[in-house]
Amino acid sequence: MTTEKKEKWVSILITTIFAIITLIALFPIISLLIASLRPASDLMREGLSLFFNPAELTFSNYLSIFSDNGQQYWRWYINSILISSMLIVLSLFFSSMVGYALAMYNFKGRNVLFVLVLFILMIPFEILMLPLYQLMITLGLIDSYLAVMLPLIVAPIAVFFFRQYCIGLPKELMESARIDGCTEYGIFFKIMAPLMGPSFAAMAILQGLTSWNNFLWPLLVLRSSDMFTLPIGLATLLTPYGNNYELLFSGSVLTIVPIIILFLFFQRFFISGLTVGGVKG
Amino acid sequence: MEPSTSTDTQRVRNKRPSKLTAFLTSRKIAPYVFVTPFVISFLLLFLYPMIQAFVMSFQQVLPGQTTFIGFDNYERLLNPTFYRALLNTSVYVLFTVLILVAAPVVLAVFLNSKLLKFKNFFRASLFVPALTSVIVAGVIFRMMFGESDSAVANEVLGFFGISPIDWRYGSVSGMFLMVLLASWRWMGVNILYFLAGLQNVSDELYEAADIDGANPIQKFFYVTLPSLKPVVIFVSTISIINGFRMFEESFVFWQANSPGNIGLTVVGYIYQEGISQNDMGFGAAIGVVLMLIIFIVSIIQLKFVGAFKED
Repeated sequence: MTTEKKEKWVSILITTIFAIITLIALFPIISLLIASLRPASDLMREGLSLFFNPAELTFSNYLSIFSDNGQQYWRWYINSILISSMLIVLSLFFSSMVGYALAMYNFKGRNVLFVLVLFILMIPFEILMLPLYQLMITLGLIDSYLAVMLPLIVAPIAVFFFRQYCIGLPKELMESARIDGCTEYGIFFKIMAPLMGPSFAAMAILQGLTSWNNFLWPLLVLRSSDMFTLPIGLATLLTPYGNNYELLFSGSVLTIVPIIILFLFFQRFFISGLTVGGVKG
Repeated sequence: MEPSTSTDTQRVRNKRPSKLTAFLTSRKIAPYVFVTPFVISFLLLFLYPMIQAFVMSFQQVLPGQTTFIGFDNYERLLNPTFYRALLNTSVYVLFTVLILVAAPVVLAVFLNSKLLKFKNFFRASLFVPALTSVIVAGVIFRMMFGESDSAVANEVLGFFGISPIDWRYGSVSGMFLMVLLASWRWMGVNILYFLAGLQNVSDELYEAADIDGANPIQKFFYVTLPSLKPVVIFVSTISIINGFRMFEESFVFWQANSPGNIGLTVVGYIYQEGISQNDMGFGAAIGVVLMLIIFIVSIIQLKFVGAFKED
């Protein structure tokens, strides 16, 4: 009885501590939501204060983003959505093919290719950034969607993930499909790919989020404001003059809220997608 | 005899329209077709830029003309600005690795405990910061750590009787902001790595420890932590690599130029020299040195945590 009571108190204590930690972790996001409802000029002058007059809360920042003032912002939004969705389609298509082949076939050079995948994973992109930037200039791709997407299309992390996933698929299915006269490509697209559903979902989220939040590379290759993605565009509003803070705050909220809503519905896939590296090799 | 053979070949012909298709769909060739996208991407977007980065680091790259200048770019690296960038990055790596290993381990152990209620809610909530882009996170942090007395951070300090701080203008507080921003964003992801690792710790080890009369703290240090070693190695390795790649956490606070370079990182220096100053050869040299540093530090780290030891 006494140990039971003791455990109960420990349980309440730990749960309370976690509630506080969670509150601290979520505090910046809650602050942003509140900040977006406060007059932008106040934020500029006072910073974000714990004390504010609830009567002053207003939707004016959001009205501003939905007015002519916000046209540029929606242009960035469309760019981000287009780039992210095209990247998801392309990278899932190509990366799953490669990962599948590395897992399911025994062919000469397979191990070399897999080692190369792991090797690229360890080399920071920033080291290749300048030559790649030069290459984009030479190819005339500067300021295009393609330039933003190109380095992410055959993502080694996704190839790695698909390979690990495919290893667990039943190879007997391939044999029986062959006996039925299915081609190797038919086997992949009609039989095996449908079995890879959860891995497609996880990688769609990883690639989509990477692209949605990508910053340094788009900063290099995008030049005109009409081509900017959300992070690049928002960064241009982050000036010390604060003349666009209405857009900055409501725009930031509208950038992360859809992602958080998706997370609430597809938590499992977010978690497996964003913790790829932990997959055992 | 003869007619039957001809119908056989005919049937085969009907099935396989041409030799080329037969070849391309054969079991031997198909895997190579599947991996072609990777091979092309590897050659064009990895191997070529990799070689080019080395070559460029020995060149002066001007629009329309490049000249070989030997080790000049590397010699130019011996300057106070680069040292400052290297120092900032190293301090940042050190703190982010320590925080992003130690804190998630402890939080994961509690999240795994039967005594904690609402586990799923806490786990999901702690993960949410990972969904924000650094830019949006930076917008919030800049407001929270504003210079005025009425910004949240200074209000909290005021509550404890500490005078307000100009967060973005001091080298210690500037570093604090960058480390805090990174820790906030990555905490939830690392917790998940450790939680996954904890599922592999066998209950028998804890039962044995119970029989030996170990208290919870002893169990943590003698059972939990050693069992989590592979995850510790993994998380510290990615934290080191990500730390040396840091750029955005600095950019959101100061754009490309921070007062007295308090926020300058190695990648920030590549950006400044290679892109802003258009001195690509010099920028490439910084990149090559950065790669060597990451390589050396990773090896030292793996030795330090004993990744090469079999046990």
